[in-house]
Amino acid sequence: MVEPRVVVVGAGPAGVRCAEALASAGIRPTLVDENRRDGGQIYRRQPENFARSYAKLYGTEASRAAAIHSSFEKLRGQIDYLPQTLVWNIEGRNLYLVRDARHITLTFDALVLATGATDRLMPVKGWNLSGTYSLGGAQVALKSQACAIGADVVFAGTGALLYLVAAQYQRAGARVRAVLDTAPWSDRVGALRDLFAVPATLLKGLLLTFALRRAGVPVYTGIEPLEIVGTGAKGVSGISFKDSRGRTVDMECDAVALGYHLRPETQLADLARCEFYFDPATRQWLPQVDPDGRSSVAGVYLTGDGARVRGAAAAEKSGELAALAVLQDLGRAPDLDAMRALRRSLETFDHFARGLNQAFPWPSGQAARLSDDTIVCRCESVSVGELRQVVQQAGARESNRAKAFSRVGMGRCQGRYCGHAAAEIIAHAANVPIEKVGRLRAQAPVKPLHIATVQNADEARSNASVEGVR
Amino acid sequence: MSTGASNPVAVSDVVIVGGGIMGTSCALFLRRRGLTVTLVEQGLVGQQASGTNFGNVRRQGRPLMQLPLANRAIANWRRMKELVGCDVEYLQVGHVRVCYRDRPELVDELERYAREARTYDLELDVLTGAAMRRQFPYLGKEVLAASFSRNDGHANPRLVSPAFARAAQRAGAAVFEHTRIVNVEKDGTDFRVTSEDGRVFRAPVLAITAGAWGNRLSAQFGEPVDLTARGPTMCVSEPVPYSIYPSTGVFTPLEQETVYFRQIPRGNVIIGGGTRGPAYPDLCRAYVRPENTLRQLGQIQRLAPSLGRLNIIRVWSGIEGYTPDGQAVLGASEQVSGLFYGFGFSGSGFQVGPGVGETLAELIHTGTTAIPLEAYRMSRFAGSPAGMRREGLAR
Repeated sequence: MVEPRVVVVGAGPAGVRCAEALASAGIRPTLVDENRRDGGQIYRRQPENFARSYAKLYGTEASRAAAIHSSFEKLRGQIDYLPQTLVWNIEGRNLYLVRDARHITLTFDALVLATGATDRLMPVKGWNLSGTYSLGGAQVALKSQACAIGADVVFAGTGALLYLVAAQYQRAGARVRAVLDTAPWSDRVGALRDLFAVPATLLKGLLLTFALRRAGVPVYTGIEPLEIVGTGAKGVSGISFKDSRGRTVDMECDAVALGYHLRPETQLADLARCEFYFDPATRQWLPQVDPDGRSSVAGVYLTGDGARVRGAAAAEKSGELAALAVLQDLGRAPDLDAMRALRRSLETFDHFARGLNQAFPWPSGQAARLSDDTIVCRCESVSVGELRQVVQQAGARESNRAKAFSRVGMGRCQGRYCGHAAAEIIAHAANVPIEKVGRLRAQAPVKPLHIATVQNADEARSNASVEGVR
Repeated sequence: MSTGASNPVAVSDVVIVGGGIMGTSCALFLRRRGLTVTLVEQGLVGQQASGTNFGNVRRQGRPLMQLPLANRAIANWRRMKELVGCDVEYLQVGHVRVCYRDRPELVDELERYAREARTYDLELDVLTGAAMRRQFPYLGKEVLAASFSRNDGHANPRLVSPAFARAAQRAGAAVFEHTRIVNVEKDGTDFRVTSEDGRVFRAPVLAITAGAWGNRLSAQFGEPVDLTARGPTMCVSEPVPYSIYPSTGVFTPLEQETVYFRQIPRGNVIIGGGTRGPAYPDLCRAYVRPENTLRQLGQIQRLAPSLGRLNIIRVWSGIEGYTPDGQAVLGASEQVSGLFYGFGFSGSGFQVGPGVGETLAELIHTGTTAIPLEAYRMSRFAGSPAGMRREGLAR
């Protein structure tokens, strides 16, 4: 019997647990990852010559991080691991990769996408100034390189990550000037019932908030960011916001970390032609998945935060469950009781995720109040006013149409960071419901592709026909 | 199918089916002649070939018989702002057409073309050696000769057809988007044009400018064309300082070698050409094949090696309709009076578009035009295998 070719993309908690479950069923999966080392974003490992302890690096998550890393080490002999490898395109049953400036085609029978999540962002005037980072970016700087994004940092936005990263900075010795949360306290109280679904995580969240307050970090809730202040030459010098009572507060700082919860990285799912649906609770388009992670395309599975943002603990379980679904679909008999238990456990995380969305809602209303001179698409430098103009004067009432006319979302991030806000701006300017605005279609390459990686036409042809990289 | 009793949603002098560059420009020129116009488009105007093509506004390299039409078009490109009321990023920065050392015989062809094109007011300079290197230092070592057309250029295809449609609307044309036409017939002296959802449009004149979908309508009048739908392979780089002004492409008989690029003032380099990909007119989708992109990126470095230092940030495609001989169907139907065609431009319709629209409008209004249309006659396909395959293509 020919071994089924299973490819897992992403070596974070979902991808590692998925590869582990596949390996223990006797399949040798190929694990492709963009990073230098395993761990994904949340359990990102520091460079080999760095010596910070797990407790220092991961805080409350130290034992989980250690467990994932050691599971991965044990797996090394049972998987084909391709780090620093970009999956830039998918066509049918072929994955197109670039590794060490070489093109490789991987053919798969089953593909598990464990692509994780990135920050969901709402523009604010001045967010294009240097010194503005996403929360995720601020965390990467700290975890990977032991660097802070500034000496005097404001954390703004909403969601659990806002408090987590602020606390990590505070613990690492950076000055945290303030935490500015757009969600009012009342939303958190309303969400408590759902948040009790996973009491341990709720407790951790509360402890983080207390730790910040104890350290003297001012925490403002129910705010609205007005402007990140600074100059093009010198970058960020402060932030101005409206507090919960409507008063304008100006605060000095040299860096701002911004983020409103997370959004799944779905470009590869889109290129694999998976169906998407509009989720009214989070006001975003998500790929369809069944409870086990099967997408609408046979043989393509979506797992972890790349399918649904439910956090790292849920990602481990959903990665394992996706592996069992792969096995089931390949005709291997997986442990059905284990599948049932994983599904049940994921339901509690769904519950908790609903609570988080309620406690820290996406501030969609801000889009309507953004000034015309605010930049919405930073890659292409498209202002809110220009976007409104193509809606109101050129009749673009759909995301891809507005992109064609204004270049919003056309740059190197492909709309990852502006797409959600642009949709809100279009919906408001066109006076149509957000779901009618649609979503930006993903286009290859998933990340920028260096032209010189294709040395000449003949090489491109011969490499494109290489199967596997054993 | 709607019943004969249903009232038309629009009655006008002309119904145009297909809102690409041909249809939208035709609508504007008809309005300028005072005719009432209804334009119907299955999706959004300029969404397929007209909006996704490379954006070359070039006469160089076109068959000589196309040049009168191309010249009429370029006059309109030059007054585009006045015509459509907005900037479509049209730049007359020149067009370079090169051949490689491994095909030295093509230099003669470049020179012959330059001689013959001169009688059509197309001035070309064929350069080789140091003169070529001095003027176009970015060309690769394999390039043997370059033919330069000073007055050609490029524009942003995403903007042009929507701008024509808006200008036509401002001039009084009725534009119906998201209106897929399934049935066309002549009913007495009028055409009845019926959409998928049963809406009826009536006019004594019907113009079919439906690109890759044109045959589905022409076949209903017994005039099928064997149209093949293909998707161009396109990509764009991140922005870098603006330094290469002319649009530049390879002249070669080999499809995979025919790559071209242009840089826009904001810095991005747009790359097109090479092997075309599959297109699905029923789904209104065309996909870029990854292997075609890789091959294209390999070829583009032969043309301009320094482009290798750039990163590609996006690929795209659209749906183009190719006829068996690569020439469009353009002009009046010889079978049905009041019926006009302008489709099947086979991947090279963008530059001629504003000339096609003006010529069709003239033909519809006056019954004649000075532009020679003999080579574009629909009847050249009559009795050909296209006719035989009508059953399969009508759907």
